[in-house]
Amino acid sequence: MGRYVVRRLLMMIPVLLGTTFLIYTMAWAIPGDPFASRCGQRPCSDAFVAAETERLHLDKPLPVQYAYFLGNMAKGDFGTTSNGQTVLEATEKAFPITVKLTVVAITFELVLGIGIGILAALRRGGYLDGFFLFTSLVAISFPSFVIGFVLQYLLGVKLGLFSVTVGSGAPWGDLILPGFVLASLSLAYVLRLTRASLLETLQADHVRTAIAKGLPRGMVLRKHVVRNSLIPVLTYIGADVGALLGGAIVTEGVFNIQGIGGLLYHAMRIRENATVVSVTTLVVLIILLVNLLVDLLYARLDPRIRYE
Amino acid sequence: MKQRRLIAAGAMFAAGAMALTACSSDSDSGSDGGSADSNASITLYSTKPENPLIPGNTNEVGGGNILDAVFRGLVDYDPDTAAPEMSMAESIESSDNKTWDVKLKADQTFQDGTPVDADSFINAWNWTAYGPNAALNNYFFASFDGYEAMNPADPDEDGPKKAPTPKVKELSGLKKVSDTEFTVKLASAQSFFPTMVGYTAFYPLPQAFFDDPEAYGKKPIANGPFQVTAGDGDSGFTLTAWSGYKGEDKPKIKEAIYKTYTSDSAGYSDVLAGNLDFMNQVPAAALVDNQYQTDRPDHFVNKAVGVIQTATLPQYSKNFKDDPNVGKALSLAIDRDTITKSVFNGGRTPATGWVSPIVDGYKAGACGEFCTYDPAKAKEYLAKSNFKGPFSFSYNSDGQGNKEAAEAICNSIKNALDVECNAKSYVDFATLRADVNASKMDNMFRSGWQMDYPHIQNFLEPLYATGAGSNDGHWSNKNFDALIKKANAAEGEESYADYQAAEALLSEDMAVIPLWYQAQQSVWSERLGNVKVTPKSTLDLTSVTATS
Repeated sequence: MGRYVVRRLLMMIPVLLGTTFLIYTMAWAIPGDPFASRCGQRPCSDAFVAAETERLHLDKPLPVQYAYFLGNMAKGDFGTTSNGQTVLEATEKAFPITVKLTVVAITFELVLGIGIGILAALRRGGYLDGFFLFTSLVAISFPSFVIGFVLQYLLGVKLGLFSVTVGSGAPWGDLILPGFVLASLSLAYVLRLTRASLLETLQADHVRTAIAKGLPRGMVLRKHVVRNSLIPVLTYIGADVGALLGGAIVTEGVFNIQGIGGLLYHAMRIRENATVVSVTTLVVLIILLVNLLVDLLYARLDPRIRYE
Repeated sequence: MKQRRLIAAGAMFAAGAMALTACSSDSDSGSDGGSADSNASITLYSTKPENPLIPGNTNEVGGGNILDAVFRGLVDYDPDTAAPEMSMAESIESSDNKTWDVKLKADQTFQDGTPVDADSFINAWNWTAYGPNAALNNYFFASFDGYEAMNPADPDEDGPKKAPTPKVKELSGLKKVSDTEFTVKLASAQSFFPTMVGYTAFYPLPQAFFDDPEAYGKKPIANGPFQVTAGDGDSGFTLTAWSGYKGEDKPKIKEAIYKTYTSDSAGYSDVLAGNLDFMNQVPAAALVDNQYQTDRPDHFVNKAVGVIQTATLPQYSKNFKDDPNVGKALSLAIDRDTITKSVFNGGRTPATGWVSPIVDGYKAGACGEFCTYDPAKAKEYLAKSNFKGPFSFSYNSDGQGNKEAAEAICNSIKNALDVECNAKSYVDFATLRADVNASKMDNMFRSGWQMDYPHIQNFLEPLYATGAGSNDGHWSNKNFDALIKKANAAEGEESYADYQAAEALLSEDMAVIPLWYQAQQSVWSERLGNVKVTPKSTLDLTSVTATS
């Protein structure tokens, strides 16, 4: 297992190099003057352009620029945003908020998604099953910002049950509604995935044998059905954690959450390519680590899976 | 300056906000109960500053609003009339409008106790004017004596060679007379100088800035009625009333918290829920059927601001060069009344000239007959012109309503003139500006102007003088330049007459077509009283009162 982890960690290096190079190239390949949005309705002054060009090494060919970028990154220098923060500082502030939001969203997915999924599978064809199949279809077909606006207006503005936007520091209570909105789409998928997977396992030979042996139904469900059915669900949620940590631009915008999504959105809007590249690099790194963690979790769920 | 205060954001949230605001008419309980509390804390909508909070380096609203709240320059603008009033200055006088004598009020201090003296102005202005500091507001000092020496030109225009490092670090036009007096020598006469120095770029700076600019940019030490006490650009800044402020406009509240929002619809939801006290511009969706007025009865304002939208015809393109007929035809073919009503829901008013109605010297109808929709006459002019299309109108699609406006303009032209006209989308403001700055346009494009200081000159010289920084269409007219120069040297009514005469010349060529003037629609909570919106489009923090 140790060797496996080391091998996976080493594999991250080429992946990271490849993705950062692609992101770097794409960010700077966007047509238009990277400074034009900074100076408004007039060309930027020569001095400003010269200073920025030198700071970002824009006068050098792209591979050389990329080498500078990698070199700085290796030293832990991710650059500075236009308003004078280091990118690392900005990320340090935004990332915990995104992590909190992700935790809330994933909790919804785990508890509601898996819970209702199991319930629906056990009551297959019942009213409950039909009801949740229908609501999950609704959640899948609506874009998240519509759900966000509607819930924000009804539950926040009208009924005052939840705070309308998230305050600074993102207290947990404020994150319940945005977390639910963010989870709504995946929640629906997790629910359906759990249900389908469970139904399949319920038909399996080993389950029939266990029941025939006279094991209590609860134990059969817990030990032989649910545990075996969760692998595809876990794969899905693992991928979702990575995606959620990358920031949720729309939901963060609706509820004014100052997370990674907002940071990236702002940087893209004012063409702050250096920040975009650095933040995405950090996000890529996080996603790779989460993926590794999920793979390791498989072995815990299914003893047949071993890593060496 | 930029469309900077127009803010090119958030179009993606508009559709959702529409659904949201469509059913919210009874959210206002409408009681103004309670008496004003001098310990009250209010919250205001804000966007993330794009630059460090340094006056010479801030040219957009996110940072500008904070700086304007905490700083006081030589003059301040009256919130109602936009007229400049002495603030830090005791007097600003000149006999020839070229050399100005500035006397400061005695005993004014910064919030760290250091004096606001002649040096704090001279040093701040020199820092901004010094080319290698790459300050975004550098060009405001272009009219000062000694500016060229501090900003040498690039010898080969974007070539491999860099501009040489300037030998001088100080404007030769700035001379200290005593601690409370200094003189400013301009390269040419400018009678509007006292109005100009109220702009953000002209605030003074304490020694603390020069000791550590980086720390200063995060938490500026200013000289106005409020000081920055906490916060950052990501979540917002907290401003607290400063007890040491000696001006007459003392704040009537304790604290103003600028909350950073990434979307205006989130801010508007907060206003509706009573979590936000002031929002300077409601989202476009709230303008539909004047929804914001039903949402916040008696707690809104719809006020003209110093912003004008125009369509520029690039004079360097062979399509438009030396041909006034085509501009007249296009201008006559645009139905401004209908478009401002249908696309902007009355948030804009049809323009009748190139100067915003809010400044002194504005004269309605400078554009004459050419700004009135008249398809028949439009066809006559098109028949006389060399270029008969196809036309296109380029716009940046990241601004709210830009797409709809562009399409409406083209449809209007199409229907009136029976020619082809396409709305041409640029993905964002930066991409459009890159092509405009590089003189690559060959058809109509969207342009706009937010005034820097409330003066008629600011709507004319920076935009249409030969070679001016924001003369996007490269229009040039010797008589115009001469009239502006003459007006700059004159004063009062006499100068206005010359500015107006210069403006009238624009209608002869119609190289830039006036479209509409902008208004601002602000809303606020029941807690606020005596709400005034300043010429800088912000809440006047020193006159507002609030209940606890």
